[in-house]
Amino acid sequence: MTMNIELIRLLAFLVGIIAFAALNAAYLVWVERKGAAHFQRRIGPKEVGPYGLLQPLADGVKLMTKQLLVPDGVDPLLFKVAPILLLVPAVMSFVTIPFGEHLAARNVDLGLLMIFAFASINVLGLLIGAWGSANKYAIIAAARVISQNIAYEIPMLLTAIALVMATGSMNLNEIVAQQGGGLWHWNLIRLTYAASPLTPIAFLIFFTTMLAETNRAPFDMAEAESELVAGAFTEYAGMGFGVFFMGEYANIVVGASLVTVLFLGGWQSPLPFLPGSVVWFLAKMYAIIFTVVWIRWTYPRTQFYALLNLSWKVLIPISLVNLVLTAGWLKVF
Amino acid sequence: MAYFTELFSGTKSLFVGLGITIREFVKPVVTVQYPRETIPMTPRYRGHIELVRDPESGGPKCIVCGMCQKACPSGCITVDGEKREGVKGKVLTLYRLDFTKCSLCGMCVESCKPGAIDFSKDYNLAGPSRAAYVFDLLKRLEEKR
Ligand code: SF4
Ligand code: SF4
Repeated sequence: MTMNIELIRLLAFLVGIIAFAALNAAYLVWVERKGAAHFQRRIGPKEVGPYGLLQPLADGVKLMTKQLLVPDGVDPLLFKVAPILLLVPAVMSFVTIPFGEHLAARNVDLGLLMIFAFASINVLGLLIGAWGSANKYAIIAAARVISQNIAYEIPMLLTAIALVMATGSMNLNEIVAQQGGGLWHWNLIRLTYAASPLTPIAFLIFFTTMLAETNRAPFDMAEAESELVAGAFTEYAGMGFGVFFMGEYANIVVGASLVTVLFLGGWQSPLPFLPGSVVWFLAKMYAIIFTVVWIRWTYPRTQFYALLNLSWKVLIPISLVNLVLTAGWLKVF
Repeated sequence: MAYFTELFSGTKSLFVGLGITIREFVKPVVTVQYPRETIPMTPRYRGHIELVRDPESGGPKCIVCGMCQKACPSGCITVDGEKREGVKGKVLTLYRLDFTKCSLCGMCVESCKPGAIDFSKDYNLAGPSRAAYVFDLLKRLEEKR
């Protein structure tokens, strides 16, 4: 009987997570377009439904009714597998994210590690898609994305390691639990106990690398419209492209959730007398997502090597210093 | 040291940039939903020419002198008129503008002594054929009434 309940619980979470990911992916497109419009002082989508709220639905129908075109000369298996390989890890990462105190599909002890592991598959999906579609733009884009992801994964992991050293746990739920009791307990500032004084900077680094890992502007080398058509997605039409797109946005949601969990106290409320709940989590997560959109429409894309230099010459040294400082801090106090 | 100052100023500039865009974000939008909303054209806007109405008679101000027809370097204008009983001067019967060749140079407007033609503010111009751009300006004036 207990077995069954566990199974039902997992199924419910699975359906919930997929719905959540799909809904977010759809409405993030709306947020993106509306945000872009208002940053440029336009109106944005407004014709389909009130405030253009049905626009994602219209886009979805459009994508789904289009022919699933498989061009000549592509590797048929890799070409079809790639979008799924991008979407599935993103959905899988949701499994261990604690949305609320008891709202996590699986409370995995090595949750943080698991998310990083799945996040790396995402790049593989892009590479396979690009390689499979036998298109020079796609391959150039994939090569860029991979060198960028390798460069940015290092500082990301370094800051995460420093954080894990301070919290002593890789269990996301526990990391959140430790941050209870108000704003000043969040890992972002950590006034209450020993943590490297560089933590706010670690937050900035983590946020930057999160942008890079999710291929968001100004790190959107995978989809450099001006140089590489649609980059790795050039050959994809209809829902093949749609799934890629969903994967990208699901990844953004995962990234924003991770930032929320690691640095902003997850579902903990900012004031000690208010109870923590899933509402706080969502509020923080969407604030991060809004910042991601905000950043996209603020910065122009720089050259590719400038981005790599930023990682190797700035982010990695600073996150190493942060790591050493954290270690020292933990030793001394 | 230069490394750190550059790092600092670079990071600062990023935040300055964010500040600028968020301020634009909260400002009201400046675009309009075009076919349903339009903004008035500026006074200097040059659309195709149109006839100016005489406030006294209600008809066109044109005295059919033909100066505009002569002045037009592209030969876009055809003017015709007739004598009528009890009316001083000629009465305009035809004012045809071939807008396909017009370069909006304004020679016609300048050459017209009585100020009987002016640039319109019309910009919603799209049509299926060339013939749609041979305008009968006299008819347009009457329709505008
Ligand atoms: S604007 Fe110039 S080209 Fe056009 S009708 Fe007048 S004189 Fe001719
Ligand atoms: S120059 Fe003026 S008055 Fe003379 S024909 Fe042309 S529009 Fe009429």
